[in-house]
Amino acid sequence: MMDGTPKPAAASTVISASALNLTFETNDGPVHALRDVNLEVGKGDFVSFIGPSGCGKTTFLRVMADLEQPTSGTVLVNGVTPEEARKARAYGYVFQAAGLYPWRTIGGNIRLPLEIMGYDKRVQAERVKEVLALVDLAGFEKKYPWQLSGGMQQRASIARALAFEADILLMDEPFGALDEIVRDHLNEQLLALWARTQKTICFVTHSIPEAVYLSTKIVVMSPRPGRITDVIESTLPRERPLDIRDTPEFLEIAHRVREGLRAGHAYD
Amino acid sequence: MRAVVPVLTVVAVIVAIWYAAAVWLNAPWARDMAARQDRELGAAELVVDTWSQDKPKLPAPHQVVTELWETTVEKSVTSKRSLVYHAWVTLSATLAGFGLGTALGFALAVGIVYIRVMDMSVMPWVIASQTIPILAIAPMIIVVLNAVGVSGLLPKAVISMYLSFFPVVVGMVKGLRSPSAMQLDQMRTWNATSAQEFVKLRLPSSMPYLFASLKIAMAASLVGAIVGELPTGAVAGLGARLLAGSYYGQTIQIWSALFMAAAVAAAMVGLIGVLQRVTLRRMGLDR
Repeated sequence: MMDGTPKPAAASTVISASALNLTFETNDGPVHALRDVNLEVGKGDFVSFIGPSGCGKTTFLRVMADLEQPTSGTVLVNGVTPEEARKARAYGYVFQAAGLYPWRTIGGNIRLPLEIMGYDKRVQAERVKEVLALVDLAGFEKKYPWQLSGGMQQRASIARALAFEADILLMDEPFGALDEIVRDHLNEQLLALWARTQKTICFVTHSIPEAVYLSTKIVVMSPRPGRITDVIESTLPRERPLDIRDTPEFLEIAHRVREGLRAGHAYD
Repeated sequence: MRAVVPVLTVVAVIVAIWYAAAVWLNAPWARDMAARQDRELGAAELVVDTWSQDKPKLPAPHQVVTELWETTVEKSVTSKRSLVYHAWVTLSATLAGFGLGTALGFALAVGIVYIRVMDMSVMPWVIASQTIPILAIAPMIIVVLNAVGVSGLLPKAVISMYLSFFPVVVGMVKGLRSPSAMQLDQMRTWNATSAQEFVKLRLPSSMPYLFASLKIAMAASLVGAIVGELPTGAVAGLGARLLAGSYYGQTIQIWSALFMAAAVAAAMVGLIGVLQRVTLRRMGLDR
């Protein structure tokens, strides 16, 4: 289904998917990872994808990132195909695991994409300093990944995705492996970072509070076949202290997400 | 330092067994000689005799040590009777073969990882190459290379290479493939070239595998160089010492050459171990 309120095809649309299908051929027959997915993501949106495992939320993110090819339908990222967008380095991708190289320092890890993209040495150093400050890791440049906690490592990996100034941040359950307390803290920091950088963020999660707390738009998905069952525009203000999670407004949105998830499960 | 006591204990046990075995194996000869001279040997005489024969079936440890001392320390290293000289002859072929084998193994591994056709076709041949007894193929290599005018160090190095490239191929294929799907996807999101992916991800990831392979390859190289000296009637090298020793029943010479080979192998493998520790520590992979 289309984004709730049909907008004119504005220049502010960053990602648009229409009639998107993706089928994996497996030994047990075809698996419909995505069926008839339509979505528009506007500039500066924080979009969460939520659903049980197998609902295609990660697959959808990977299609946007040109890591997976759709069977049919189209996706446009910044108005071009995902492949062109990837080659233009239009997005930063944060994986479930931090995936820092153990043989590089934190600074070295953040420099890695910059080296690959051929940034000037001086610019590299500047960018590293900048993004480390952005994720609150200033002073950790010379440390090795194993000297950092899991939460800090994940922040470093976010810094790495921010380093080359892509406008879009694709995040695949980046806090999934962290405990609740650290996760709360990182969610708060992520919102602050989003407010400061004005990036468009696509965020995959399986936590309802996380999705509601972070997002301007929540995409509820369900499995077999993977599809979108609801798109919820958040009515929460952009400024969100952690205790907003106790407000009736928050609980109402969370309730609607839960309903959407339940509806998706009803007929399988 | 706490390892010293157990190690010494084990060495002491081995030496004791060795002395006992020397008595047992050399006694028949001692008794035969005594019988020919119409003498009876007392127990003490028997033991002394079995530990000091010229061509014993099993030389006693001190005989080997004496031989080693005389042929290393007491001979000038340029002398044809110096074990150091022979060890160097073998070692130079070993190192040349090790270098060639490592280069070949590395190149094959890169090919197997990056070229699909090679992935499908090369590995079975690599494995088949190692099922052929090296003793069977070594004379062929030497004859063929001699026919095209190559002799001296290179044929031996080629045989070394033949044995040593294998562990490098196997280890490096595994090492270059050790990055996770996630790490490779990540490279893709940065639109990295294959060369960048290789240099910045695959190669560093493969380092622990590389060093494990190099240790095995070094030992295999030494075996290859020694084997390469056997069929040629080589006049120099540890293999030549072994061969000459067996022609003339010089068991002490054989044993001392064996110990020299073991010492050379241990030194070389130990050197790679040091290199490994330094490299992995600098890479932060050794904790």
